[in-house]
Amino acid sequence: MNIALNLVAVRTIIHKEMSRVLRIWIQTIVPPAITMTLYFIIFGNLIGRRIGSMGGFDYMQYIAPGLIMMSVITNSYGNVVSSFFGAKFSRHIEEMLVSPMSNATIIIGHVAGGVLRGMLVGALVTIIALFFTRLEVAHPFIMVSVVLLSSIVFSLAGFINAVFAKKFDDISIVPTFVLTPLTYLGGVFYSISMLPEFWQNVSKANPILYMVNAFRYGILGTSDISIAHAYTILLGFVVLLFSASFYLMKKGVGIRE
Amino acid sequence: MNALTIKNLRKTYDNGNQALKGINLNVAAGDFYALLGPNGAGKTTAIGIVSSLVNKTSGEVEIFGHSIDTDFEAAKSCLGLVPQEINLNLWDTVGNIVKNQAGYYGIGGKVARERVEKYLRALRLWDRRDDIARSLSGGMKRRLMIARALVHEPRLLILDEPTAGVDIEIRRSMWEYLREINAAGTTIILTTHYLEEAESLCRHIGIIDGGRIIEDAKMSTVLRKLQREVLILSLAGDITEAPKLEGFKTQLRDDCELEVEKGPDRDINDLFEQLNKHGIRVVSMRNKANRLEELFMRLVDSKQAPEVAA
Repeated sequence: MNIALNLVAVRTIIHKEMSRVLRIWIQTIVPPAITMTLYFIIFGNLIGRRIGSMGGFDYMQYIAPGLIMMSVITNSYGNVVSSFFGAKFSRHIEEMLVSPMSNATIIIGHVAGGVLRGMLVGALVTIIALFFTRLEVAHPFIMVSVVLLSSIVFSLAGFINAVFAKKFDDISIVPTFVLTPLTYLGGVFYSISMLPEFWQNVSKANPILYMVNAFRYGILGTSDISIAHAYTILLGFVVLLFSASFYLMKKGVGIRE
Repeated sequence: MNALTIKNLRKTYDNGNQALKGINLNVAAGDFYALLGPNGAGKTTAIGIVSSLVNKTSGEVEIFGHSIDTDFEAAKSCLGLVPQEINLNLWDTVGNIVKNQAGYYGIGGKVARERVEKYLRALRLWDRRDDIARSLSGGMKRRLMIARALVHEPRLLILDEPTAGVDIEIRRSMWEYLREINAAGTTIILTTHYLEEAESLCRHIGIIDGGRIIEDAKMSTVLRKLQREVLILSLAGDITEAPKLEGFKTQLRDDCELEVEKGPDRDINDLFEQLNKHGIRVVSMRNKANRLEELFMRLVDSKQAPEVAA
């Protein structure tokens, strides 16, 4: 493999993706900022005052890491699925397919675009959160690594969704019917210790629970689950989803006739 | 050396449609090659496989000796593609589209910027470099696709109906540019429905029909095989009846235009000698239909490839 060629190519895809995010900032940056501001006002400020504390922290502080993670996950996923499917739909994906860059480069470039948008929005939501509450980072390495790995996982998931999607409806089904429920049930707004044991065990089947809790541990130092389990799950998903993406690209599923 | 070598290439789609039934094709380096065929003949499928947009069922493809299976990076680096359908990111700017394509081929920085300017100027799009592609006319979009395909300076350029829907002035300027880059050493394969275009530009011709190559020869050789030619003669004076000429079929189109059908065994000198004897003066002469078009229609209609095969 020509490494220099692929490095320029991956940089080009990342630059193209970021240009797109910034060009349509009204669709990409503003909505999550408004949504998260409303979450902080309604759930954190108004309802949170009545709830009091959770896990030893005031409710606003407790939900802030989950809301940041929620915005990272949805934006990473949304960026890759919409950009890659858009390229498929208007056929300018052919620009990449005819070029000598490797399939891995195409995947890495798009995933990096998703991660950068996730981080950009995550940083913005963090700044908004600081207007409402105080956040001190307990474990910086865990915070950064967990948010990066989570963003990679959902960027890869968005890529696979885009590969299979045939129409625009297909790229909204997973976020609406899978991602949103799993995120809401992933311990963003509550500690699973509040649930009956049966539902605690059911919740542990939800991978987003591990991401939210590991990220919360990175910031607040408290978690409902083992951090080692969270890393195992995150790394496992990265390997699994990257392998699946690579296989799909190699076979040309959904992109080559 | 061959720019393109295709050996026993087959493609069967999932719906059972056998688009290519084992085609073999060799295009020499430096050639200007016309690949013709009716709609659905398999041209775009063949081009799709060569450019990695379509998975082949079996067979081998080499671009300048590099296999698209085992040496795909080198093979793809040699190839530029202008597809039949507009496949631009319509929301991106003209300059970005060409610059990004350079990046996909590993060309960045100053070299990429210079190439973008060079090819956008050559295709007369430099003034529109900051406009989004959506705002371009159909002809401009086609020229943009050519600039995009050239930015990595490929040794083999494949153009799949590049002048479809383009007005005659732009079409002719595109022809001129294609001649220039071919003269500079780029091998060109062209598919087109404008047979005048193929006849004017190309030195070799391949005709594909029903997933098979039914003709593959020099343009001049193919045209010589034309069995019948119909000429329209504009006459200096009016005549009331078509003259009877030995070895030619004649028909009066109107008072001053005569249609003459000429067989392969007759020459034009003979025709004019006979017309002189009848006292008929000819002002000008043209073919009723493009010569290649006549041959193409005959080949495709009858599918009697052996009749004209080399």
